[in-house]
Amino acid sequence: MATLRDIKRRITAVKNTKQITKAMKMVAASKLRKAQTKMLEMRPYADKMNEIIAGMSGDGEGLHPLLVQRPRRTVEVVVITSDRGLCGAFNTNILKTAERLIKKYKEENFNISISVVGKKAFDYFKRRNIPIRNSWLGLSGKMTYADVQKVANDIIESYINETVDEVFIVYNKFKSVIAQETQAAKLLPLSEAESAVETGTASTVFIYEPSREEIFNQLLPKNIEVQVYRALLESQASEEGARMSAMENATKNADEMISKLTLQYNKARQASITKELMDIVGGVEALKE
Amino acid sequence: METTNLATKLKLEIVTPYGTVFSEEVDEVIASGSEGEFGVLPNHIPFLTTLKIGMLIYKKGSETGYFFVNWGYAEVGPDKVLILADSAERSDSIDVQRALEAKKRAEERLKQAEKYDHARATAALDRAIARIQVAEKK
Repeated sequence: MATLRDIKRRITAVKNTKQITKAMKMVAASKLRKAQTKMLEMRPYADKMNEIIAGMSGDGEGLHPLLVQRPRRTVEVVVITSDRGLCGAFNTNILKTAERLIKKYKEENFNISISVVGKKAFDYFKRRNIPIRNSWLGLSGKMTYADVQKVANDIIESYINETVDEVFIVYNKFKSVIAQETQAAKLLPLSEAESAVETGTASTVFIYEPSREEIFNQLLPKNIEVQVYRALLESQASEEGARMSAMENATKNADEMISKLTLQYNKARQASITKELMDIVGGVEALKE
Repeated sequence: METTNLATKLKLEIVTPYGTVFSEEVDEVIASGSEGEFGVLPNHIPFLTTLKIGMLIYKKGSETGYFFVNWGYAEVGPDKVLILADSAERSDSIDVQRALEAKKRAEERLKQAEKYDHARATAALDRAIARIQVAEKK
């Protein structure tokens, strides 16, 4: 049986852990607030941008390198995870979704190319000896728009020079503080059929100013940037949300453990007192005789 | 032609990366396109343009509103005007003092052409002037 001292030591240890998880929860909560505001502000912009692109992509078939439809050979999967752990199933869910997508395209005999954002995805694919085309680490928390442009430009470039023929982006979409939803969204090519279904405006013919080419040249790459930015913001807000609830659970579990151990400690203390009393009583009885 | 369901109002939406700035039904919109100012009434033909730094005016009954718009795109449809701007401010939320300071700074910088990026200074000056103009309208 555990001695009194052992139990006491464990209680202290659990208390320390609880303090840490509690602090981490607070930190995550404040980071979440920041990330969430940014993301919520960005959402309408990204949605509207998508709408415009959807409306005009039907109008410019083949006009811009990003609109060219070509036979698919290589499918690129951009996986967005966090850099740090301790955020529940956040990364596991993403990696599972990515793995499923990769498997599906492998079975259809496509080449797979993988880019990662976040250390967790990097480590995951590295451990499995799966080649990574490109990686961006250390973005979460201190991401700037220049970082986003780097990621977007790399995707655009590899699409234009035909290294990849289709691009998916896999990320956690922020649903609420406690719920995330993994998303596998197609980033490129912008296909006419899909956009028509989404908005029903594909048949519109626009007047363009300054010129159609000019607008496409500006808007299409910008749209990729915006969509990547949005995915990264969603992922960050989700990460902090996931971490917050993971840490809250951990704190609760620690509380439970402490009360269980305290009970055990008291029982053991009582038992030892009883035992001592018995010893004394036994000793007195023995002296009487 | 669809003469039966002509739109009578325009849904004006101004959206920036920092949130939706404005979303209401209006009667008329005037904006600064890269090729010049243009006005939109309901049932405009689909039109897509880039916007330069400048003023956006909307009319809704007797009410007139002014916005400062900093680059962006405008998508015009028969019953809507969608503005995607890098940033946008309503005339009454513009910090005039700050704009005046920015204007002075930009002018200084333009004088010392060799030390500062000319294009950036010009854009800053344009922004400051447009902000001041819009702010005067309230």
